[in-house]
Order: sequence, then structure tokens, then C-alpha cells
Amino acid sequence: MAFYFVQFLTGLASAASLFLVASGLSIIFGVTRIVNFAHGAFYMLGAYVAFTLTERFSGALGFWAGIVVASLVVAVVGVLVEMVLLRRIYHAPELFQLLATFGLTLMVQDLVVMIWGPNDLLGRRAPGFRGAVEFFGQNIPTYDLFLIALSPIVLGLLWLLFQRTRWGVLVRAATQDRDMVAALGVNQKWLFTSVFALGVFLAALGGALQIPRDAVHHALDLRIIVDVFVVVVIGGLGSIIGAFVAAVLVSELNAFGILIFPKISIILVFLVMAVVLIVRPWGLFGKQEAPARRTPGLTVNPWRPLSQGERIAAWAGLAVAAMLPLVSGDYALTVGSEIAIFVIFAASLHFLMSVGGLASFGHAAYFGLGAYGIAFLAKMAGLPMIACLLLGPLLGCLGAAIFGFFAVQLSGVYFAMLTLAFAQIVWSIAFQWVAVTGGDNGILGLWPEKWAAGPASFYWLSIGIAALAVAALRIITFSPFGYALRATRDSLLRSEAIGIDAKRIQWTAFVIAGTVAGVAGALFAYLKGSVFPDSLGISLSVDALVMVLLGGVETVSGAVIGAIVYKMLSIWLVSQTDLSKLVLGGVIVLMVVAFPKGIVGMLETLRNLRRRSEPAKPALLKSRIEGAE
Amino acid sequence: MSTAPTLLSVEGLSKSYGGVHAVREVSFALRAGEILALIGPNGAGKSTCFDMLNGQTTPGAGRISLLGGDTTGKKPREIWRLGVGRTFQITATFPTMTVRENVQVALVSYGRQLFNLWASTPRFARDEAGRLLELVGMSGYAERPCGELAYGDLKRLELAIALANQPKLLLMDEPTAGMAPRERIDLMRLTAGIAREKSIGVLFTEHDMDVVFEHADRILVLNRGSLIAEGSPEEVRRNPQVRAIYLGEGLVYDARHREGLPS
Repeated sequence: MAFYFVQFLTGLASAASLFLVASGLSIIFGVTRIVNFAHGAFYMLGAYVAFTLTERFSGALGFWAGIVVASLVVAVVGVLVEMVLLRRIYHAPELFQLLATFGLTLMVQDLVVMIWGPNDLLGRRAPGFRGAVEFFGQNIPTYDLFLIALSPIVLGLLWLLFQRTRWGVLVRAATQDRDMVAALGVNQKWLFTSVFALGVFLAALGGALQIPRDAVHHALDLRIIVDVFVVVVIGGLGSIIGAFVAAVLVSELNAFGILIFPKISIILVFLVMAVVLIVRPWGLFGKQEAPARRTPGLTVNPWRPLSQGERIAAWAGLAVAAMLPLVSGDYALTVGSEIAIFVIFAASLHFLMSVGGLASFGHAAYFGLGAYGIAFLAKMAGLPMIACLLLGPLLGCLGAAIFGFFAVQLSGVYFAMLTLAFAQIVWSIAFQWVAVTGGDNGILGLWPEKWAAGPASFYWLSIGIAALAVAALRIITFSPFGYALRATRDSLLRSEAIGIDAKRIQWTAFVIAGTVAGVAGALFAYLKGSVFPDSLGISLSVDALVMVLLGGVETVSGAVIGAIVYKMLSIWLVSQTDLSKLVLGGVIVLMVVAFPKGIVGMLETLRNLRRRSEPAKPALLKSRIEGAE
Repeated sequence: MSTAPTLLSVEGLSKSYGGVHAVREVSFALRAGEILALIGPNGAGKSTCFDMLNGQTTPGAGRISLLGGDTTGKKPREIWRLGVGRTFQITATFPTMTVRENVQVALVSYGRQLFNLWASTPRFARDEAGRLLELVGMSGYAERPCGELAYGDLKRLELAIALANQPKLLLMDEPTAGMAPRERIDLMRLTAGIAREKSIGVLFTEHDMDVVFEHADRILVLNRGSLIAEGSPEEVRRNPQVRAIYLGEGLVYDARHREGLPS
């Protein structure tokens, strides 16, 4: 009994940091409507800066001052970020905001390693809370008790701040209707900046307070952000009390889940999240969001099937690609195969995003599931390669069917957070369930059969499948189903009013995209000869997002160009610099701010401009004038 | 007209939010080919009534039967399948598609091809879409991106979309809101012409009394959630209760307005 009680207290103590970070995220979202992906990075920065300061300042006072000063320093960094970057993208679509803040996260990861080195850092124990209290033979660290007391205090302080101060009233008003607050003459810029500063302060404080409990390392950001996303999905974005309740709930589930399913404890959190989403799709304390705003300023080029000339150009491109083995060596062919595989992967996400308007932040889950599908079939069932290639992606399909069912119940940022959380759950299973997946060691020795083993034959196989996949997705885009999917993206109200069941259409699209991603993953497993949990990871999901963005979200097949350019660029970058994440993150941020249409989108716009300058309108104008009379 | 079959019958429809009775015991019927206007001052319950009829709001009490079947509490898309076309107060169309494609999507749904992954939509029911656009006078705009249309044209496009499932009943929520006076009359003439020709029943809410009195066969007047009058435009115009609470200001204004003008 005592053991369970101690376990319960440990859970409560872990909830403290989670609550601090999640409440910061919620406060920022409430006012600015930005889901700050970089929140995990600020948490990690808080921990690192606090580590440095607490080492430098001596004594008990030095420790606690270090914690507070570190949080303030990071808050100042947050203010700079808000003023330089976020102010430029408050009116951009959610996807771009998520990507820009993710780009920041990547940059911080490299900067942190540059400054503090790659090794884990062990911080000081908290002065005054070094010991433990004995409770029926179990030890409870006093620092845990301190953390348990801290979160209700912070909750109370936040409540006072929002209920009792003028600033708090403004923040609450802006959360309900920021346009009205602006119309009443409140300085929006200052309000947004101060809210962001508070949110970042809370995140950094959450990180700083962890140093006596946990080692500081450069993967902290992604670990916490996934937990925080789960917390805000359960508790409801924008609700502080929701963040508190959900943080406790998730921490307790983790604490007890380890006792019940030691191998795959994360399943329990997933089940709870699924139940909450079915019963209350906007979280326990959340409110339904207004429908996502349409992209302002982005004029849409109407889509149309390829013209005869373009079709010939596409075939010619494919023919040129197919001749690569005649002129280049094995290394180039391996790179070529990898690019072809990523064309498939990016095209599948692009289909979901541009046709369906569903920006998945966890698309790698289905890529990785396809790869593991191959591994299971080839290593355990010993099936031939053709059978594996046909059946392997079905694991991606199955995963997409299960997760997609829940994900399409939501939209916008909730959809993005949920897909990310699902992907992370699949990753954790692959990582933790060592008996089946080999854990971190992966599954090795997956080589293609003789007919496809040579670099040239594998390359041909890859580009053949890539061409088929891209063509199939194009056909689906212009099929009645594709139009129905676009209809749900353009106007839910109208599509429901013409008999379209939006959720079923979107779910089907999710399954199609997941299956195609599974195909890419299956080929990838054969290319590498092995499968690791990395192929389910967040960074792969984000790679795909960047490829789509680079090609152009609002195009039909921009992802093809995006994948080719991005993959070549990143392979080259990795060979040139150790700071590839810093450069990549910078490129993402720059792209979002300066170049949101992507390569293909820019080309199309240029072409349309040229077409428009030609005198093509008179007939239409005439009929319009007549109509008006 | 009285021999035409009843399309829609509403009995005892009610809805309250908290303590407020938005709609109280509303009953009426609509026959095929009849154009029925639902009017009332702001907050009278028109929109709530409308939302219950087309399935966006679940009724608190009462029964709605469409074409003889009970549709109380059904989803909008189920009601659409029964042959009900719908236009919105603020137009809802697909801005990234062309005008023709907007109609084609509705035809795809009507033809139950929503899960067809193979056919080419740009070629799907092209002529049928063209005919519908011609009907509303939008043929010249078929290949234009819908996002570029003027508001009055969007309203006509919505009408074409609403006609795609060969409806027996059209539900139009403030069909002429936000339009220029001239456009309003054109749109309602067009709607009335199509409705009479195809014997479609039309139920519409409207604030513009000129439009209502010119085109409605019959008028329902709502006030504070209850039906206070029902009848031909002439009867409603003469009804003292209606004049007192609703048309009073409007008619007085209208009379003075006319006197002031040297016609």
C-alpha cells in the first residue's frame, strides 16, 4: 500500500514540470492562437541555463536565484523571438506557424550542443531539499514534496494574475475576442509580447526545476513537447485548469502504467487520450475552436490535370531519371533510390495536406510501420520480397486506419498535435518492445532478393514505384473522391449540405496517405537493409512537412520537386557541416517568412501572371457588362 | 395549388436555450410549388427555425415531416438526400474550385460517386453542370475560379448547387442578404421562375419586404418564437397585429417614402 502511495506522489511530482510547460503553451495559444512548437526548446534552454547559473552561483540563495534568473533570461530570449519572428506570422496559416516554431527548435538543438556539448549534465541537488522522508519503509525525496506543493501554488498565482490584475483582464478578453480588444484601443503588440514572455518563463521554469531530478541533455525538448501536446489535447488548449488536471492525470498514468504494462506503459496514456477525444473532442476543459481561417493573401491557382505537353515533359523526366545508371556510380544510385523513396513519402503527405487540408505532424509513423511490416514479414514469416512489398505497407494502412479514425475527429492544430502524439506513441512502442522490434538495435539483415539487389536494379524498382505512386495520387486528386476531399477542406458547411460525410472522406484519405507512406517505408527498409525506430521519428515527419512546403502546399504535385530538392540539399549539407540542424532550421524559418508558396507554387504564379497579362478577358468582360445591364 | 401534395409539415416545433424560448410551438405546412416566406423581426426565431428544418440544430420538441417521412433530428446530409436544396445567408461554396467544379461536386454526391477513386471529375457530368449553370445564368463564368466571383454571382452559383440533387424543396436563408436592390429582384425572379416550372416548394427567410411581398405565395410571421400570423401577402399586410409589432414602422416609412418621391 505504502509503495503505491509513494508511486502516486512520484507521479504528482512529475506533473509539476509538465503543468508549468503546458500552462505556458496554453496561455500563449489562448491569446496569439499560435501553438508554439518551440516550447520544448525553451524548456530545455531553461534547464541548460539554470545548470550553468547554479554551478556559478554558490550557496542556497545562489541555487534558487539561478533557477529564477535562468527562467527570466530565457523569457527575454522568448521576447526576442516573438518580436523578430512571430510578429511576421501571426496571420499565416497554422501549419506555417507550427513549422516556423519547429525550425526554431531545430536551431536550438544545435546551438545547445555547440554551447554545452553533447554529454548529459548532472546538476546540483536543491539546497534544503537534499534528503528523503521515510514513509512506511519507502523513501520520498523531499524535493518531490516541494514540487508537489509548487504546482497548486503556481496555479493559484496564475489565477490571481488573470482575475485580479488589469493585464489579466486584457489577456482574458483577448482570449475570447482579440479583434474586439484591438478595436478597444489596447496595444496588441505589447499584449502579445508580454503573454509570450510569461508563457516562455513558465516553460523555462519547468525546465530549470528539473535539474535536481534529471540529467540535462539535448533531447529534452522533443520529449517534453510530446508529453505536453498529450496534456493539452486531454485538458483542452487554452485552459490552465485543464493543463493542471491533465498534467496530473498523464503523470499518474505514467507512474502506474509502468507497474501494469512495464514494456509499453505509454499505451495507457494513449487509451485515455482516445477516450477523452471520443467523449469530449476539444479536451476536458477546452472549447470548440472556430473553423480554421483561410489563408489570406495566398491566391489559389486552380488545379487542372496535366496538359499534353506537361504529360510528355513528365514522361521525359522519368526517362532521364531512368538513364542515371548508365552514367553514374553505385553511390549516386543509392542516393537516387533514397530520393525516389522520399518522393513517395512526401507525395503521400502532400495528398493529405493539400487536397485534404489535414497537416499531419506524425506522418513518419506510417512510413516506419511499413518498414517494420517488411521486417516482420521477411524475418519472421520468411516471405519472398514481392509478397513482402505488397503486404508490408498494410501495417502502415492498419496504423493509419486506427489513428486516422481518431485524428479526423479534430482539425487544425488539434489534428497536428494528435498525429504527432500518435507517431511518438508508435515510436515508443518500437523503442520499448525490445522482444519484437529489437528496440534501439532495430531489425537487421533485410536485403532485397537477387533480382533487385544491384544498385541499378533497386534504383529502377524505386523510381518505378515512385512514378506509380505519384501518378496514382494524381488520379485520386482529380477523381470524384479527390474533389469530395477538397470540398471538405474548402467548406465543411457546404459539403455537409450536399450530402458529403466529411469524417468518412477524411478518414479514407488518411488511410490512403498512410498506405502510400507505408510503401515508401517498405522500400526504405530494403534500401538500408535494416529498420530502426528512427524511421518512425519526429524528425522524419518534419522532413516530409518541409518537403511539401518547399514544393508548395497549394500545388498538385509540388512535393515531387520539394522532395528531390530537399533530399539533395540535406545530403549535401550533412557532408559539408556538423551544424546541419541549425542550417535546416534556419532554412525552414526563412521559407515560412519569405517564401510560403514553395518552388512549384512560385513557378505557377509566375506562369499565371504571364498568362493574365495577355488579352484573354474581353469576351468575359463583355458578358459581365451585359449581365449588369 | 391547394391540390398539390404537402412537402413539408411542421408540428409543434420548439427549442429553448437556457430559459429563452427561441421557438415555441410552431406549426405550418408547405405544398409543392408553393413559395413560402418566413419573416419576423431580429431575434424572432427565424434562424433557429431554419436550422432545425435543415438538421443543423436538434429540435427541443415537435415533429418535422418531409415528403411524408419523419426527419426530426436527422443530419443535414441525410435531409439533403431526401431532396432538399439549401442556400446560406453567407454563401458557402468551394473557393478553390472553378464555378463548374462547384456544381460537379454536388452532382458527384448526388450520383453517389463520392468514393470513386478513378474517374476524372473535370469530365464528370460536365453537361449536366453546364445546364444547371445556364439555368441560373452563369454559363459565361463556368471556368472561372469561384473565389473570384462577385457576391451576387456567388448567390446564383449557390442556387445552381442547391438544384443539383433535383430537389423537391429549397430552403433559402436570407437569399438576397448583402445584394444590391436590382440583384435581389433578379435573383428572386429567377428562383420563383425555376420553382414554378419544376414545381419545387421554396421556404425562405427574408428581411427585404419588397422581395417578400412580390414573390411569396404565403407568409408566416414569427415574433418572439411564436407564429403570430399566416396568410397571403394581402392578409398579412392587413393584419393589425403584424402591423403593430413588425410591419408598423416599415409600412409607415414606406408610405412616407412613396409620398416624398415624385414618381
